[in-house]
Amino acid sequence: MNALLTEPFLVSLLYGAVTAGVPLLLAGLGEQMSEKAGVLNVGIEGMMLFGAYAGFVAAWYAGSFWLGFLAGAIGGAAVAFIVLLLCIRRGLNQIVVGIAVTMGFQGLTSLLHFVQFSRTYPRLAAAPVLALPGLSRIPILGKGLFDHSPLVYLSVLLVIALTWVYRATYLGLSLEAAGNKPSALDAAGVDVIRTRSFAVLCTGFLAGLGGAYMAIVGAGLFVPFMTGGAGFIGIVLAMLARGRPVWVLVGAALFGVSLAMTTALQVAGLNVPTDVVQMLPFAAVMVVLVLFARHSMLPPALGLPYVRGER
Amino acid sequence: MTQLRVAGRTRIADGPAAAVLRVLIPVVLALVVGGMVLWALGKNPLDYYGYVIERGLMRRSGLQETFTRMAPLLLIAAGLIVAFRAGIWNLGGDGQFLLAAVISAALAPVLIGVLPRAATLVLCMAAGALVGALWSLLPAMLKARYGVNEIVTTLMMSFLGVSLSNVLIKLAFFDPDTTVPQTRSLPVDERLPRLFGTTVHGGVLIAVVVLVLVHLLMTRTAFGLKLQVLGANRAAAIHAGERVGRLTVLAFVLSAGLIGLAGAVEVLGVWGTVRADWNPAYGLLVVPLVFLARLNGYAVIGFTLFFSALMVGGESAAHRVGVPQNYVLVLVSLLLIFLALVEYLDQSRRKRQAA
Repeated sequence: MNALLTEPFLVSLLYGAVTAGVPLLLAGLGEQMSEKAGVLNVGIEGMMLFGAYAGFVAAWYAGSFWLGFLAGAIGGAAVAFIVLLLCIRRGLNQIVVGIAVTMGFQGLTSLLHFVQFSRTYPRLAAAPVLALPGLSRIPILGKGLFDHSPLVYLSVLLVIALTWVYRATYLGLSLEAAGNKPSALDAAGVDVIRTRSFAVLCTGFLAGLGGAYMAIVGAGLFVPFMTGGAGFIGIVLAMLARGRPVWVLVGAALFGVSLAMTTALQVAGLNVPTDVVQMLPFAAVMVVLVLFARHSMLPPALGLPYVRGER
Repeated sequence: MTQLRVAGRTRIADGPAAAVLRVLIPVVLALVVGGMVLWALGKNPLDYYGYVIERGLMRRSGLQETFTRMAPLLLIAAGLIVAFRAGIWNLGGDGQFLLAAVISAALAPVLIGVLPRAATLVLCMAAGALVGALWSLLPAMLKARYGVNEIVTTLMMSFLGVSLSNVLIKLAFFDPDTTVPQTRSLPVDERLPRLFGTTVHGGVLIAVVVLVLVHLLMTRTAFGLKLQVLGANRAAAIHAGERVGRLTVLAFVLSAGLIGLAGAVEVLGVWGTVRADWNPAYGLLVVPLVFLARLNGYAVIGFTLFFSALMVGGESAAHRVGVPQNYVLVLVSLLLIFLALVEYLDQSRRKRQAA
């Protein structure tokens, strides 16, 4: 047991948890915004994957990490634009289109990767980190939490910003109304289609950013299918968080810690099967669902296209 | 809880020609746009399609592989048809499939020592179906009791199931004689019998029969009608005095049981063992086929044939034509999108005519 409380183990656990958790946080926050506005965005896995690919390629050819992040975010938003056109403008079934988008970009990114790099997986240089002055000197916590890519701190700030947007702004109110009672929003003179479009584009932007972080910072390379269900975890986080960004953060931290656990255990010299540890967060979610099932709550208009004058 | 509607349940009145068109247009569009993607990447789409057709459908060995591949897909499709008709999104197919595969793979070599071959195979298939059904029980109860969204719960159980299968293989059922962790292998002679001197195993026949039975169950029996009502309008089902909770659980269990059976058949017919980290991820792949067939069991058979040939051809095209097999995913995705679009355009045309 003492092996678990050593400094290398704890640092590697915290550090890994942040690296694994940030993409989930970004995906979860993005999905949350869509769901608030009444759009169930199942294509988020495809958005992350395309973000990862676009981010990697931009960082690889341009040699700039910030350009990589930007390209990833724009790539994710571009995928979201497809969803926007088909589901929001045209009102096609959101789950069908979401599955299609996810599969399509799984295929397309591995195709593009194959055409460009064949079967090689070139590696980027280590992404620059920003050690927060003062905080990063704290033993264990400093190295584990405050010595990361600047994007990490930005995404935590985003949690605060989004909380404020949802609580205290007209935009937040409009988003919520678009999911709860779109006809009321329409009657109040706000364009439902435009509100939902905005939400979906933001989702794509954030998911793409999360994917780019995975490729550029997390792995340093692009591998087909590398997001490995992170988008689906994002959907689950958003559904469990019931519209509160801070709960997405808590959930992402939980998943991040258990994903990082196996690597950290190996650092500590213990060999626990990866699969057992990987089951923990999913099992935790099921337990939470069983315990609090009565209070589950989603926007009433989730998944339903809005057509003015219908019903 | 929001009722999520599944596309393509509408019965269409205007003749077989229109129905054929509604299916052909998306297929042709997907092939054309997919070909344009290949062309943009510097590959010759005609070479690719030609090779896929030749390899997947024209050659004897390819055709046998294509038929063999159909078995698990057809059974998964049967499972999805039950769920989708009942308005339930069972997206946890991968976990149900894999767990059932592992359990039946672990049981088979043990049972074959004490029981005759037929009894072993039947028992293992039953075990697979049971395991799949059990794995859906928690999402089913949560949905029936508290209306918890089954997309979340089935996805969670799917991730759990995939990991649990690996744990079982690595810790409990591993064969000590192999280096890569895998279950003890069922000898080739003891697997599902081959049909008529080909390499196609009997599971394909089972799959077709089960699919037809499921189709008849859903369209010709009172139980099927009740599930359809549940799927079309939950409130109406409650109003009609149906025990909605019980129906939901039954639909879930039946759906997941069929997907579990698919896992067992794939193991007993083709592999004889399950290796750690094996996951064909058929769960989502079959969804578009089922939609394309408008939840019709007979139509699914045709689409599965088409799709299996595409998979089998696509896999070897990776070596021959230099197009990775994942390109098939692009085609399927395009197919799904065009299908939804054609359906949408058709409906809005109908609305305009009615107005």
